[in-house]
Order: sequence, then C-alpha cells, then structure tokens
Amino acid sequence: MAEEVVLMKGNEAIAHAAIRIGVDGYFGYPITPQSEVLETLAEQKPWETTGMVVLQAESEVAAINMVYGGAGTGKMVMTSSSSPGVSLKQEGISYIAGAELPCLIVNVMRGGPGLGTIQPSQADYFQTTKGGGHGDYHLIALAPASVQEMADFVKLGFDLAFKYRNPAMILADGVIGQMMEKVVLPEPRPRRTDEEIIKQCPWASTGCKGRKPIVITSLELDPAVMEQRNLHLQNKYAEIEANERRYEEIECEDAEYLIVAFGSCARIAQKAMEHAREEGIKVGLFRPITLWPFPSPEIAERAKQVKGILVVELNSGQMIEDVKLAVECNVPVHHFGRLGGIVPDPDEVVDALKEKLIK
Amino acid sequence: MTITEENNMTKEEIMKPENLVYQKPKLLNDNPMHYCPGCSHGVVHKLIAEVIEEMGMSEKAIGISPVGCAVFMYNYLDIDCQEAAHGRAPALATAIKRLWPDRLVFTYQGDGDLACIGTAETIHALNRGENITIIFINNAIYGMTGGQMAPTTLVGMKTATCPYGRDPEIHGYPLKMTEIAATLEGTCYVTRQSVHTVAAIRKAKKAIRKAFENSMQGKGSNLVEIVSTCNSGWKMSPEKANKWMEENMFPFYQLGDLKDTTL
Ligand SMILES: Cc1ncc(C[n+]2csc(CCOP(=O)(O)OP(=O)(O)O)c2C)c(N)n1
Ligand code: SF4
Ligand SMILES: [Mg+2]
Repeated sequence: MAEEVVLMKGNEAIAHAAIRIGVDGYFGYPITPQSEVLETLAEQKPWETTGMVVLQAESEVAAINMVYGGAGTGKMVMTSSSSPGVSLKQEGISYIAGAELPCLIVNVMRGGPGLGTIQPSQADYFQTTKGGGHGDYHLIALAPASVQEMADFVKLGFDLAFKYRNPAMILADGVIGQMMEKVVLPEPRPRRTDEEIIKQCPWASTGCKGRKPIVITSLELDPAVMEQRNLHLQNKYAEIEANERRYEEIECEDAEYLIVAFGSCARIAQKAMEHAREEGIKVGLFRPITLWPFPSPEIAERAKQVKGILVVELNSGQMIEDVKLAVECNVPVHHFGRLGGIVPDPDEVVDALKEKLIK
Repeated sequence: MTITEENNMTKEEIMKPENLVYQKPKLLNDNPMHYCPGCSHGVVHKLIAEVIEEMGMSEKAIGISPVGCAVFMYNYLDIDCQEAAHGRAPALATAIKRLWPDRLVFTYQGDGDLACIGTAETIHALNRGENITIIFINNAIYGMTGGQMAPTTLVGMKTATCPYGRDPEIHGYPLKMTEIAATLEGTCYVTRQSVHTVAAIRKAKKAIRKAFENSMQGKGSNLVEIVSTCNSGWKMSPEKANKWMEENMFPFYQLGDLKDTTL
C-alpha cells in the first residue's frame, strides 16, 4: 500500500499521531500557539473510535495532574501547552518524575517572560533541560524540526517514556506548531487492553487484583531511603544519557565552521549553511534532536575539526551553555539569537557567522 | 458457652470466632497509625476500609491521598493508592475514573487541600459530574504543618497564623465548600457528617457507602464532608476537642444531607 501523504500543521500532526498510536488520554487547556492539538482531538472524536479520553481541563495545573493520575495507572496519557501553561505544569512534572511515571508533554514554545508574545521562541530550553520543577530530575526532551517529526516524536516520546518510566517532552516552537507541511502519519494501532496494561506495567496502580497493593508516590521521609531513591534516579539518567542521544549532522564532513541549532532554528540554519557554502565558506550543521540527553560527545568530536561554532537559537543564549560544556573551550563558541518572537532570516545567520567567527 | 450465662469467660473463650462481636476491617492493616490520639482521620480510614470491603470492591478501589496529615493514608489502607500534589487529588481522580470506568475511585482531602489550594480542582471535578467520591476532612486547621489558619477556620478561632483569632477584616470569612458543592449541577450527593459518637460514626459510614455506590452507578459526583477534630492543632484533649466541635463547629457547619438527587 502506498504511503498516505497529508498536508497539515504541526499541532494537528500531534493530535492525529496520538489517536493513531493508541494514546489513552489527552488532557489540555487552550493556549496559543498550540490550541489546535485539543481542537483537532475534539473534532476527531476519538472516544467514539479508539476509546481515547479527551478532556479540556480547568487549568494547566489540573491537566498535568490528570496526566499524573492516568500515568500512575499505566495508561498512555499526554498533555500539550505553550510556555506560560508549561510553567504552571512544573509542579506536576516534578511529581511525575519523582514517582517515575511515563507520560508525554508537548510544549509549543512562545516568547516570554511573563505573558510575553504568541510568536515563536526557544526560550524554554533552560526550563526543559535544567529542571523547571523542583528537585534533581530530568525530562527526556525531543526537539522536532518538521511537521513529520512532530508526528513521529509522539510515538518516540511514549516509547522512551515507558522504557525508562520517565516523563518525555516534545519541545517544539510556534513555527513548527503552526506551519503546514507534508507528513506521513504513523500506522494506526489499537489501544492496549486493560489486561495488557496490567501485564506490561506491573508497577501501575490499577486496583490490587491478585497482588499486594501498589502505591504511586514520591514521598519518603527517611533521608537515607530518599537518598537511595535519588541515586536510583541518577543511575537511570546516566543510562538514558549513555543510550538515547539523538542528533543530525548535515554537511559536516568537510566543515571548517559549525552551526549548532535545534527545532525551527535548525531549518533556518540549514538555509544559512547553503548560502554560506555558495560563498565558499565550509559550514556544517549539527542539530541536537534530544536536548536532554544532550549529544555532547558527538559535538565535542565534530568540534575537533572546526575553527569555530555558532549556536543559533530563538533566545538570548541557552543551549550555547551545553555546547560550551561539550567542547570544553577547545574551540571558540559564539551565539546568534533573536528574541521576543522574531524569527531570523538565513542571511542574518550568515552575517553573524562572518562577523563572529570569520571576521 | 455464651456471653449471657456468666461474665467470667476466659481470654481464649472470648477470642473464639463464635463470640466475635467486632472485627477490624481486613483492609485496615496493622501498621501503627501516625495520627494523634483522638484524631478523626483514623476513624474515617476505618469506615472507608469497611465500606470497600462490604461492597466487595477491594480489588477495584483506587484511593487518592492528599498533602496533609492523611498523606500516609496509603500506609493503612490495603488498596491501590496514588499520592497527589497538594490540592490536586480531584484532577488525578478525574483521569483515573475516566480511564478505568469500572474502578471505585475516591479522594481523601483536608480543608487546606480541598478548600484552599485545590479549590479549582475540587469545584471543577464536582461540577463535571465525575463519578468519584470526595471525602473531605474539615478540622478547621492545617494539622500537618503545625496548626495554621485554614479556609474553614472559624471566626475568632486562634491558630498559629491568626494567634489573636480569625478576624474577618484581616483574614476574610470561613468557606463553606460543601454548600457550594450542593449548588453544582454535577453533584448527586452532598452531605456533612461527623464521627464523634457511635451514632455519628454509623451515619457517616452510611453516607460513605451511598456516595461510593452512586459513583459506581454513574450517578455523578459525591462529596462527604466529615466535620472533624484536630486536638493537637486545637491544643485540646480529645474529649475537650469533641465538645468544642459540638459547641462551635456544628452551629456553623450544620450536619446532614445538603443534596441528594437519588431520592
Ligand atoms: C504546594 C504546597 N504548598 C504547601 C505545602 C505545605 N502543606 C502541607 S500540608 C498543608 C496543609 C494541610 O492542611 P489540611 O489540608 O487541612 O490537612 P490536615 O493536615 O489538617 O488534615 C500544607 C500547607 C505543600 N506540601 N505543598
Ligand atoms: S495534627 Fe491534627 S489532623 Fe493531624 S494527626 Fe494530629 S490531630 Fe489529626
Ligand atoms: Mg485540616
């Protein structure tokens, strides 16, 4: 059968992919630029087809706690929002990470701080990769650069979340959420039955039939036990860091300069790279796909051959810190960013490259 | 030998199954409770255990414990439980019940948890008519954190954060969440009970049973408030606390059913 190619927005692709891969529940609250996720789900009425629960919650706080509840029972549950709403979810995300539950959170970033703007931004990089909520935890963070990846990362996010019993986040931005592209949606598969869930998730709190009661909690008052819980989490994070780094390299083999960019910025940077190459400047593009775990060893390796690195972001310089840590001052690392919802032109990136690295 | 003959039964005879007059519910385990002597929490836990057992729902029950003194409810009830963030229990319960419609899902929340930080989650879950039960322990104080003012603290009542007594000019008025719940379309059974006497305990148990049954029959949301004592927070002996509750709490938080659409 020929692959079915459809044209849709990134936000719509998230919704369609969720229905197709058999997500059990979506809980969200409207906020631009991601409201199409909930709108598309409401329009598709998956509760009549796959049995998926779709609920507009009273707030992002409630939505993430609905996800916490559903995740504790082993169901595939997700939420989506944009920056101000994701700030509200942080308490819940910390609880989910602390209780070691799988779920998917989508952040279609917009400019901040505060109410900010509804235009695209990548200013929640720190919030996503360095914590956000309280405590020593990490999210698995996936950064899509196309509508296709918006669709694909729903399944990937859930696969990783269940593999490690850890919340996963798709960190998109308003550009990827709103733009329309061709996309091949994932093959439909049925939702797991309750019996399958109980078998696959022996840790889930589903009613203690034929076994001892299970408690989903992150609370532990004995510091010695709590330290062990934390060490267990850290071991898990080390395993994720070792196994799940994802990235893409474009024209890096002969590169003398490297641009590092994620999400929509990587698309702009790719055009900038092409323009620079037309002028004879040998530039390569390194695109981290997982922002946590960060592909530090791979960037360090590629940095060995280049004279300088330009990190391009829709923020004032956040991922650049991880790039600098990765290359350990062996190569000059500079930043180019636009703020407040401005998306740069590829030629602005080329100019920045010349000005900051080549001079 | 029966009890009526003579009152000189040996310990062994008393313990014989045929002489049993009362048994701890099986779902209430032997872990020593951390609650202060005289606290209402333990009594309500026992009632929940009895009702779940009597309904034959022990393998299908999922309880949500709050942040508050009852945070460790899951240490005493032998059923599956999930521990919510402060105030968020109704959101967890909403998702769990919708994803597992044949499960008995209930939350157990204090006044700070339900009527302050979790007001939005509580009102919206009730108003959506989620088929859950919310057990609301109103002791008019923040027990767990050491006796601070609660949304339900009575006017004039002294707490650690209103040491001169609750003054409406400064602190506003106590909130009657159960009265609010009774006005919501989604609720089917809203009642206010207490557990300070044997008769009250029997009534409270009936109320919990009715609420749980309603939730399993898909009739809507159920709220069972239990006007409770916190003798530690109130700085009173358990006996005095019960008396103080009767004299001060009951006139403001009047006992009885506020709404019952099943009649
Ligand atoms: C977000 C958050 N804020 C504050 C606290 C601290 N805290 C723990 S329990 C509690 C109040 C509990 O009072 P109540 O809900 O009335 O329960 P009780 O202990 O009286 O049964 C507070 C404020 C917390 N754990 N989390
Ligand atoms: S502090 Fe109050 S509510 Fe908490 S256990 Fe003691 S008496 Fe009960
Ligand atoms: Mg209280």
